[in-house]
Amino acid sequence: MVDGLRAYALITGMWVRSTLAYRASFAMTVVANFAVTALDFVAIMIMFGHVDALGGFAMAEVAFLYGTTSAAFGLADLLLGSMNGVGQRVRDGTLDVLLVRPVPVFLQVAADRFALRRLGRVSQALLVLGWSLVQLDAASWSAGQWLMVPMMVLSGTAIYGALYAGGAAFQFWAQDAAEVQNSFTYGGNTLLQYPPTVFGAELVRGVTFVVPLAFVNWVPALRVLGRDDPLGLPGWVDFASPAVALVCCAGAGLAWRAGLRGYRSTGS
Amino acid sequence: MPDFIELDRLEKVFTVRRRAGRLRRERREVRAVDGISCTVARGEMVGYIGPNGAGKSTTVKMLTGILTPSGGRLRVAGIDPATDRTRLARRMGVVFGQRTTLWWDLPLRDSYALMRRLYRIEPARYRVNLERCVDLLDLGALLDVPVRQLSLGQRMRGDIAAALLHDPEVLYLDEPTIGLDVVSKAKVRGFLRDVNAERGTTVLLTTHDLTDVEQLCDRVVVIDRGRLVYDGGLAGLRAAGGGERTLVVDLAREAPPVEVPGARFVRSEGPRQWLALPAGASAAPVVAALAARYPLADLSVREPDIEEVIARVYASGGVPAPTAAPR
Repeated sequence: MVDGLRAYALITGMWVRSTLAYRASFAMTVVANFAVTALDFVAIMIMFGHVDALGGFAMAEVAFLYGTTSAAFGLADLLLGSMNGVGQRVRDGTLDVLLVRPVPVFLQVAADRFALRRLGRVSQALLVLGWSLVQLDAASWSAGQWLMVPMMVLSGTAIYGALYAGGAAFQFWAQDAAEVQNSFTYGGNTLLQYPPTVFGAELVRGVTFVVPLAFVNWVPALRVLGRDDPLGLPGWVDFASPAVALVCCAGAGLAWRAGLRGYRSTGS
Repeated sequence: MPDFIELDRLEKVFTVRRRAGRLRRERREVRAVDGISCTVARGEMVGYIGPNGAGKSTTVKMLTGILTPSGGRLRVAGIDPATDRTRLARRMGVVFGQRTTLWWDLPLRDSYALMRRLYRIEPARYRVNLERCVDLLDLGALLDVPVRQLSLGQRMRGDIAAALLHDPEVLYLDEPTIGLDVVSKAKVRGFLRDVNAERGTTVLLTTHDLTDVEQLCDRVVVIDRGRLVYDGGLAGLRAAGGGERTLVVDLAREAPPVEVPGARFVRSEGPRQWLALPAGASAAPVVAALAARYPLADLSVREPDIEEVIARVYASGGVPAPTAAPR
């Protein structure tokens, strides 16, 4: 494992150096990445130009939801976003090349073409999150409330990461399934930028119990913001995000192993 | 000392699903490798040949740990490649003719530097090995060129160097000279010969090009439809195939079909005539007899085509008697 992480660091480090060789081009792609993701938030701001609240949530609260989910998603995308390419590698046979190196395939796939420009989304999300904390007068929060924030971002990163890894595992069987995965990751991120109260209960239940995206921010954020849970779940569930994230990662790990084992027995 | 590579009734069975009718799908078993047993000693250079779809690449994929065998036993340096893939990976080098193991967008130099750290190669040894490869494979001018800009021959040389930086004990080459020009081929072959002689690296080479095998390998293993059909020396293979060598004779002027003992007239085209002689026989007495009786301008001997030989070996029901490998 330590060996694998070292290899991940080596490979990503090399991609970062090769990206930084063209500084101007790198700066432009980061700015572009920042700007494109910022448009999401601009859309929310325009909405609030016409209404005072969205599903009962004020703009600062929506910004809090936006910032936590986007930061988590951005980090997962930065660390594991490249796993999308595994289907392509299965199709053209270049996965074999990874299998003859003395490094776990999972980390090679994750580190492949590591794109530092994805920091654009992360930094934009953190800016929005910081702004929302100021607006929500977070200085008066309890230590517990404060601790919830990094917990949400880290658990969220793990949940989105598990979706990336699980989606990549699925591509061993369906090589063109990258879009399915995108609908969960990108789609999930867009969903979580809005309060749960604007969606139907069925959808909220789906992202709580089926694909547990709600644990990225909705469930714990309701506690932080002092809101009622639309599903009426018991109170301890608000702190369950790390456990949910662990279960997701374990599931994704098993799926990946099964996928790779299948590849090694069928060669396709 | 046990054999370095051991295959014992090795099998790989694929299930192929085929569409049969509108919705129905038919499952069919394909035995890509169907019970191959053979051993390779440390330091041997073996040509692994067979027609397309014979199971060559599947065997190499099992040897390297990419694919898990469906039956039989396989050991490389005492390691089971399927279960101990990464441990074996440090001790082997692989060159796929069709795809690169280098990073497509990086210059060779960066790819090699990354390899050094992934394989934990000591800096001193790395420097020596790299220098040697750069020197013998003529890579000096290419080190700073991104791999995607290299020609096929350049890339292949770059790949071979990458496979040897960590001093592997065994080197697998899957079609290493495919698509290379004559000069590149000669360079690659010479280098492989040196590596084998100097480092004692065991080399397993799959190829379509008989010349590769002729110039590099003392031993050939021929498979067809997943089964071993021949294991032994190259000359023995030709004899087993019962192939014929062709003598192409250019006479000084057009003449009726020549007649010499030991050779059979095949056809003629102007002053050029084609004669056939048995694969095992020496061409020398035939050439001497020809020169004594006819005015010769030029002549050449052509070996039987490997695909033809293998086809004939297979058609004759496999090996007459599998010869033991030279040890």
